Amino acid sequence: MATSATQAALVRLFNDGEAAIFADWVKHLSAGDSRISAQEAQSQGKELLHALGKALGQGSITETHGGEFGEVRDLLAAFSRTRAMQGFSPSETATFVFSLKQPLFERIRATTSDAKQMADSIWALSQVIDQLGLFAVEMFQKTRDELIERQRQEIEELSTPVVKLWEGIVALPLIGTLDSGRTQVVMQNLLETIVQTGAEIAILDITGVPTVDTLVAQHLLKTVSAARLMGADCIISGIRPQIAQTIVQLGVELNVISKATLADALALALKRTGRAVTKVKGNARLQTEDAVPEKRG
Amino acid sequence: MDNIAILKIGNALLVTIQVDMHDRLATQLQEDLTNRIVQHRARGVLIDISALEIVDSFIGRMLANIASVSRLLDADTVVVGMRPEVAITLVELGLGLPGVKTALNAERGLALIGGVDGDETAEDADDD
Amino acid sequence: MPTTTETLPIATGDDIVRVRQKVRTRAVEVGLSLVDQTKLITAASELARNALDYGKGGHADIETITEVRRGVRIVFRDKGPGIADIPQAMTDGFTSGGGLGHGLGGAKRLVDDFDLKSSPGQGTTITIARWKR
Repeated sequence: MATSATQAALVRLFNDGEAAIFADWVKHLSAGDSRISAQEAQSQGKELLHALGKALGQGSITETHGGEFGEVRDLLAAFSRTRAMQGFSPSETATFVFSLKQPLFERIRATTSDAKQMADSIWALSQVIDQLGLFAVEMFQKTRDELIERQRQEIEELSTPVVKLWEGIVALPLIGTLDSGRTQVVMQNLLETIVQTGAEIAILDITGVPTVDTLVAQHLLKTVSAARLMGADCIISGIRPQIAQTIVQLGVELNVISKATLADALALALKRTGRAVTKVKGNARLQTEDAVPEKRG
Repeated sequence: MDNIAILKIGNALLVTIQVDMHDRLATQLQEDLTNRIVQHRARGVLIDISALEIVDSFIGRMLANIASVSRLLDADTVVVGMRPEVAITLVELGLGLPGVKTALNAERGLALIGGVDGDETAEDADDD
Repeated sequence: MPTTTETLPIATGDDIVRVRQKVRTRAVEVGLSLVDQTKLITAASELARNALDYGKGGHADIETITEVRRGVRIVFRDKGPGIADIPQAMTDGFTSGGGLGHGLGGAKRLVDDFDLKSSPGQGTTITIARWKR
């Protein structure tokens, strides 16, 4: 609980000694770091110190969530963000803030004669710096989380390609687990492709899906239903024997046509779309003229 | 004029829904369609919803109702042009459209209607 | 301001359209993806319709949140008879011929946050929200 006397004392401290405090602090800030220049670290520190001084003069000095500390928090948030992206650790980021304690306490000790006042001032400042340090770590963490989330989304997008096998026939090789998040991406990719290519048949190949339980089956069925609403039928291919057994054991109703292999599914799709594959006499090896695009019906 | 236009294409009827439907309009549409199916002995009803950004249970029920009534009058109902985000939402909502066939567009939809001669175009509509 | 709230009445079929339009505007503002927008608006349409059909009309408070995280929250309030059997109401009521449930289960699947408060004679308050990912 900080009294107004303490607040006044702290305000005086900053008014009179900000430059001196900063000079002292600079000695503690890491001088040589390949990730950030000494200049940058110092300029960040100077800004922070100044903002802190201003904030202390304005409001409740042990409550750093208030509007008075807004500028300080903004600076710290930006600071933590860049530190996170530059590859610093949470501790290093927090230490930057906590290292402010020593020069501040030194200054208080040097300029306060009253023992009780000294104790009060040190305690009040300690609380403030602790809170700010924790805030810095939280902002750091937030940046890290955002980065991870972005990467996760990128992976999701990249791992659900839709491949056009023939006019009106597309295939989705699903690799990895099919959770609800991925299902959304899969559905979106598939439906966009149906619109763009006018596909009538979509082959969902689940060779690369390790397990199919009730949830995964539900996700598959959702995808099939969505495609159907857009006028495309689905065939599921690549059901491994163990998967087939699991599905039956779980009592999952997979009301979709399924084929063991992608090849079988393609054969069926071609048949359904009115095409026949005929064997003609030909060279098994590729020829130079094969490089020229052929008209496909 | 608030009514939704019903066009004749070959032996099918085409309805394009472009406005936010409310109860009166929906009831009116169902009535008009029923009458026209009988009047033209239509074999199918195409409902183009490509302009709809949302399909909720109200619209869903309307579509299912149209399908049920049409079925009784021996006509297929095909909903065409559903937007991807609408399809994804419908699936999540768990709203089935019983008795409703679906196609990517009106052209494909026509092909789904039983006994259709695919060469008929809207111009032929008056040769009845 | 961290949030802005607008209240729309739900008394007619046209009001439901207005609620949809307002929710769309806010959802776009907040930056929800197209699919998320569609899901939210559809859920809002369902709940607004419920308030009208079962709740004898009510209100929708549409809150736009832009601080800390971005999203849209909507509270549907009605002073109707209330829901006697909540689990039953949460089942999908989309069977043809009216259906028994209120279809609330479906609406719940379309949103990130869902809260239902209701009891016979006390009306119903349903809060839904979707957040930007």
